[in-house]
Amino acid sequence: MSEQEKISQYSSPEALVTTEWLTENLDNVTVVESNEDILLYDTGHIPGAVKLDWHTELNDQVRRDYLDGGNFAKLMRSKGISRDDTIVLYGDKSNWWAAYAFWVFKLFGHEDVRLLDGGRMKWIAEGRELTTEKPTRAEGLYPEVVRKDDEIRAFRDDIAKHQPSPIIDIRSPQEYTGERLHMPDYPNEGAARAGHIPSAKNVPWGKLVQEDGSFKALEELRAILFEETGSDPKDKFITYCRIGERSSLTWFALKYLVGVKDVRNYDGSWTEWGNLVGVPIAQGEAPGVFA
Amino acid sequence: MSAIEIIEEFGLMPDSDKLQLLLEYSENLPEVPAKYGDNPELMERVEECQAPVFIAVEGDANAVELYFSAPREAPTTRGFASVLHAALNGKTAKEITELDDDFPGKLGLEKLISPLRVRGMRGMLFRIKRKTKELLDS
Repeated sequence: MSEQEKISQYSSPEALVTTEWLTENLDNVTVVESNEDILLYDTGHIPGAVKLDWHTELNDQVRRDYLDGGNFAKLMRSKGISRDDTIVLYGDKSNWWAAYAFWVFKLFGHEDVRLLDGGRMKWIAEGRELTTEKPTRAEGLYPEVVRKDDEIRAFRDDIAKHQPSPIIDIRSPQEYTGERLHMPDYPNEGAARAGHIPSAKNVPWGKLVQEDGSFKALEELRAILFEETGSDPKDKFITYCRIGERSSLTWFALKYLVGVKDVRNYDGSWTEWGNLVGVPIAQGEAPGVFA
Repeated sequence: MSAIEIIEEFGLMPDSDKLQLLLEYSENLPEVPAKYGDNPELMERVEECQAPVFIAVEGDANAVELYFSAPREAPTTRGFASVLHAALNGKTAKEITELDDDFPGKLGLEKLISPLRVRGMRGMLFRIKRKTKELLDS
């Protein structure tokens, strides 16, 4: 199966593009790189790509929240991004942070946003062009839009109301069981308790991608996300991880690849739930019961 | 260079150039000698960092040698390693163990790249200090 055939099987094939497609369409789209490593873009990036940093640019620097509509519009204009641009996002770590940025663009209702399948790793592995030259872009035309959290963002109080619908925990098995508080190799981002939200099923994000960083084919994704979790495509889903970045990738797969209508990402994730006073937590391999 | 000089170097830069300086550090991280390059298990993995980075500490109390290994696709981590290398390599064990624990915070990077990312550098410094103490005890 060719890459294009694989993508055409997904429920929203227009949301994912191949490296080949991007190479041919570089002049017609706005490419945005969003990485975990804040210096990586500067070492070389896809020609014309704009750098966007999740930590320092998409977050409000005082409240734990995303930018509001006014500041998002300012950010977009300053990057030379306009409301009707076709955005293609890509990044390091199999697109974790690119998927996160994708989700934030959707909080603001940006219509045409796409993800580069395989991200930065696949682009480089294929020997495609990189440059250190930063693009100069005229100021973008971006209106102030109200951020709409309802449809794709879950808050802590939504978790209990969501029962008994499926919750997907994207973290490593050790984080899920409570054996450790944070990902191996990652700093502890400060949760007081270890374990998972009762009833949540563990689907580590890495199960969704192939070795080259691109998504697995539809049938494999359906087996992992539905059959293995005992859920149905018609269910409503909530995804979470540690701060909401890995789970954005799974949120993307649920919504745009296997066609779940109602799926929200809980960005408070374990760094919120693992610190909340009085909420239920389950430890061990069993999902447990939310009570 | 000393740690104090590096703090001054970053401090004198306008914010807009600090990341460029860190990038230059990352490009100048010395390669590890072959014995570590071929046998990364001889080094210690820094788990506080978001990218795989390994450190090794050799030498004696009068001159401690530091080795760092981090992938090219993790320039921020390489930059942190390179700054610590510039500040501490060849120094005495006393100088290393007495370095201010908040050295990473004094570079003025937390606002620019987020405190979470800087925490990786704190982890590296912590491990260098511990391994230096182990070197003295052995």
